[in-house]
Amino acid sequence: MLWILVAIVALVLLWAISAYNGLVRLRQRVKNAWSQIDVQLKRRYDLIPNLVETCKGYMKHEREVLENVTKARAEAISAKGGAAEQAKAENALSQTLRSLFAVAENYPQLRANENMLKLQEELTTTENRIAFARQHYNEQVMKLNTKTEVFPTNLIAAAFSFEKKDFFEVELAAEKEPVKVSF
Amino acid sequence: MYEEISRNKRNSFILVAVFIAGVILLGYILGEAAGFGPIAVVFAFIFAAVFALTGYFKGDKIVLAVSRAKPAAREQYPQLYNVTEELTIASGLPMPALYVIPDDNAPNAFATGRDPAHSSIAVTTALLNRLNRAELQGVLAHELSHVGDYDILFATLIGILVGTVAMLSDFFLRYMFWTGGGRRRSRSSSNSSSGGGGIIMVVAIILAILAPLFALIIQLAVSRQREYLADANAALMTRYPEGLASALEKISRSPGEMKAANRATEHLYIVSPIKNLRDREQKKKSLFSTHPPVADRIRRLREMAGENGQLAAT
Repeated sequence: MLWILVAIVALVLLWAISAYNGLVRLRQRVKNAWSQIDVQLKRRYDLIPNLVETCKGYMKHEREVLENVTKARAEAISAKGGAAEQAKAENALSQTLRSLFAVAENYPQLRANENMLKLQEELTTTENRIAFARQHYNEQVMKLNTKTEVFPTNLIAAAFSFEKKDFFEVELAAEKEPVKVSF
Repeated sequence: MYEEISRNKRNSFILVAVFIAGVILLGYILGEAAGFGPIAVVFAFIFAAVFALTGYFKGDKIVLAVSRAKPAAREQYPQLYNVTEELTIASGLPMPALYVIPDDNAPNAFATGRDPAHSSIAVTTALLNRLNRAELQGVLAHELSHVGDYDILFATLIGILVGTVAMLSDFFLRYMFWTGGGRRRSRSSSNSSSGGGGIIMVVAIILAILAPLFALIIQLAVSRQREYLADANAALMTRYPEGLASALEKISRSPGEMKAANRATEHLYIVSPIKNLRDREQKKKSLFSTHPPVADRIRRLREMAGENGQLAAT
């Protein structure tokens, strides 16, 4: 009788350990996924000054568009909230970039500029990387959040104070589409 | 997905086991026929083991070499690298080695390797030239999902183990057909080689009988369901099924035929590179085709896309 009790306790303990480890692993993955987004966001910040510089020479009458991009970039860099806060600032930046490319369509010389073509490919790939990194991050967050809510892992999650994470939301419908910057 | 992975690993193991057993059996029969005794079995086992190990560890390199694929330089193909890297972020898979096949007529692509950490994707220059960015993304996502599912392991082993035997049978069949008359004359002049000739004849006959069987094995093993699944995974990965759908349309409409594709590698490609096979696939789901009809794949992708042409982001 005692042995059965010991066996049951041991089983429960084993389960608790594996559930705890599973939660830790998921939390780690969420962290990793977030740093992936971070890397790509930085990549975009680094590309923007170069882009603005290249466009300046051609776009004499569109100062405002360029200033908006620079301003949105600065705001995105200084955004220091959670995922939700960051997402808002980044979405605003994406929006200004999109209008910049739309305006750039009116400048044939700019379109032919080799530097511009390279930057365009770089920015397109960065936008895609951000989108995919976000997709990956949200998938991991969903897994973690589900685990912290469903029974019985929620007991472990509550005992060791695992928290639910914010999704990196996409607010604009246009954001879901792949960025197509075609000249 | 985990089911797919374990199924592919299990199938690969069975394939290798059957291959080794088959070669040993062949060695035994030949050994008895030629009077070499049990030593032939040992040789057959060593030969089969070396062959299988080569197929496992070097199969990808062999397939790439046969397909005349060259390593793609990042400076020369920045977009190919960019698009692939984007998708590795989406899928969480390691970056595959990228290869380009110099073929300006037939847009096509395939993936090979033994696991995601040792995977390669090859695309033809025609594919890079004719597809736009979204279409290229769709094709590479399809290939990457073959990588993630371990389809590449099984398909590469099939290509090396069964494909080689199928091609050998073809060769022997032709050899027997063309030299059937000539051989008798040469044998009468030199009797010393008649024993060796007898063994070759036996091998040739066995292979000739087995040839259609092997071809059938390839087709049965490389299930068409895999292609549908890879298409669906690609759509999930990119959240943009229309990219792959439109790419498949372009690839299947291209009249060019791939020179570097053959019976052992045909099943690896995203769309069958051999034109008459493709035409047959277009018409109906033939028993002998390795790929599902392209039109059907495109229809399924477009159904996934729904009315507004995109999947709901999750």
